[in-house]
Amino acid sequence: MAQTLYDKLMGAHVVREQDGATLIYIDRQLIHEVTSPQAFEGLTMSGRKPWRNKANLAVPDHNVPTTERSNGVSSISDPVSRLQVETLDKNCETFEINEIQMNDIRQGIVHVIGPEQGATLPGMSIVCGDSHTTTHGALGALAFGIGTSEVEHVLTTGCLWQSKAKNLKIEVNGDLGKHVSAKDIALFVIGEIGTAGATGYAIEFCGTAIENMSIEGRMTLCNMSIEAGAKVGMVAVDNKTIEYVRGRPFSPTGKNWDLAVTYWKTLHSDEGAYFDKTILIDATLIEPQVTWGTSPEMVVDINGSTPDPEKEDDPVKAESIRNALNYIHLKPNTSMSSIAIDKVFIGSCTNSRIEDLRSAAAVAKGKKIANSIKLALVVPGSGLVKQQAEAEGLDQIFTDAGFEWREPGCSMCLAMNADRLEVGERCASTSNRNFEGRQGQGSFTHLVSPAIAAASAIKGHLSGV
Amino acid sequence: MKRFTSLTSITMPLDRANIDTDAIIPKQFLKSIKRSGFGPNLFDEWRYLDHGEVGMDNSKRPINPDFVLNDPQYEGAQILLTRMNFGCGSSREHAPWALEDFGFRAIIAPSFADIFYNNCFKNGILPIVLSSEIVDALFAYQGEIVINLEEQSVKTEDNIYNFEVDAERKRRLINGLDDIGLTLQYEDQIRSFEAEHFKKYPWL
Repeated sequence: MAQTLYDKLMGAHVVREQDGATLIYIDRQLIHEVTSPQAFEGLTMSGRKPWRNKANLAVPDHNVPTTERSNGVSSISDPVSRLQVETLDKNCETFEINEIQMNDIRQGIVHVIGPEQGATLPGMSIVCGDSHTTTHGALGALAFGIGTSEVEHVLTTGCLWQSKAKNLKIEVNGDLGKHVSAKDIALFVIGEIGTAGATGYAIEFCGTAIENMSIEGRMTLCNMSIEAGAKVGMVAVDNKTIEYVRGRPFSPTGKNWDLAVTYWKTLHSDEGAYFDKTILIDATLIEPQVTWGTSPEMVVDINGSTPDPEKEDDPVKAESIRNALNYIHLKPNTSMSSIAIDKVFIGSCTNSRIEDLRSAAAVAKGKKIANSIKLALVVPGSGLVKQQAEAEGLDQIFTDAGFEWREPGCSMCLAMNADRLEVGERCASTSNRNFEGRQGQGSFTHLVSPAIAAASAIKGHLSGV
Repeated sequence: MKRFTSLTSITMPLDRANIDTDAIIPKQFLKSIKRSGFGPNLFDEWRYLDHGEVGMDNSKRPINPDFVLNDPQYEGAQILLTRMNFGCGSSREHAPWALEDFGFRAIIAPSFADIFYNNCFKNGILPIVLSSEIVDALFAYQGEIVINLEEQSVKTEDNIYNFEVDAERKRRLINGLDDIGLTLQYEDQIRSFEAEHFKKYPWL
């Protein structure tokens, strides 16, 4: 029977089925410091050992400072944050788990370093105590976020109980316009289907716009699948995927490489495979996107305006528009490009890869950020991304323009470290969530692509390129 | 894990859609390396008028009198009644930890986000999906309701509403079974699967 990519990936990992629950084998668990301490504590208390140490790869990313940190963990000034990173180091030592520590050149955001190290491979089942694990689906892997109890379950048993998701095909055809990126497709799709639009579904992105997209763009798109509520977001394996994986530290070599490639080439939905739902998107109609509210589905074209709750027929929707506009201190029918911003953040597991930095740097080159901008941060996704950017002179372009060039980490995407917005500050951010208080209590977030973030920094207000 | 069989309680009506886990428990409290003690910071930004930080004496903080959790008429409610897509966003299990620590054992909504829904079952919380119309009716209803997991029912004085739940999840919750212990019963099956898996995919 013709199978979807998701069906194939699930099928390859089924250990056992009972009463509608499926026990699947997990090839890779990625671990960070925030959602793992209680899982390791569970292992300690029960006296259990990790099932297969080599399945795991750990890295601290949420709490790490992006400023000078050559003194290692002691550079973390907040003692609570420091303890969390120290606890990860200690647990990885105790349980003999491979960890890339804070000052290792390979350190970075868990969803950037997985693919970068080849720890994410096509066909793998991959979990992490982090919702943005959907990112890894860009390489044709089955990847999703889990809670801490499940982190402990995978550590201890090598497996996880799952219920099967339905299949959703999102087909994006046509050429993207100038300065329109994967981020804009992601926001556009979420705007169309809503933040619960894909709940219960495994998304497969396909179509000519996806075929023409780089692996990094695909990661951005799959990363944001969770903002539509999806279980996973995936793209079929093609030659780009295989070339991306080739030669990475954890990637197979020699005979194993050839075997792997043969298998990976089967990782696509079969002709005529059944999808429970299909959504068609015309890429040529997508403009650069910007969120106006407090949910990623509250999004418009950069040339658009905030909505008017009076024009909304659905009373529940009208109320949520009112609440969001009230929180974010904007009036109905305000032109997005008239909205002044205080800070700019370029980074996060959504948009901190080399291609993202190139795209922002191309806009910032030879320009200066507006005087009214209090802080414009560029936070590379990993030490290796940072190194690459510096080799290309991107750091110089950014610093010449007035941006700060920082050390890698999650940073102001969720503001667990010292990088945050103050009450009332407004930010153009390349991150993934504009929830109330996400980047700092009482602050306002507008999600955009790297190019739009850079353009907005230069203008001092939300702006197209 | 705590067992869940039945529960009789008034509901806490939190009338808002798309409540995300950042709102349920803000990021600064995720720095804790413990599993307990999150209850006082549940819905922190809505519940208090000041900025909450780890280590504050929450009993001395100014509370927001307009937020429903601070309304004395709902004190002691063990059932949270809310709107669609509850628990969206981050996978943080600190969200169900905070809800459970505060005293909630069940949540009723028209829909839940996937990871949050799953996390509830790991912590003895029963998430119940009922249609928007029934949820509307429950928002309008005053008084105690009775949840019976065995019967998969929610009873008010005049009505009985049935809900769906996976058989396996139900069994584990009713018996308070430990997931890991259960899975390890199949250790041999996992080992033999693993051996085949690595033979088939030797590069893993």
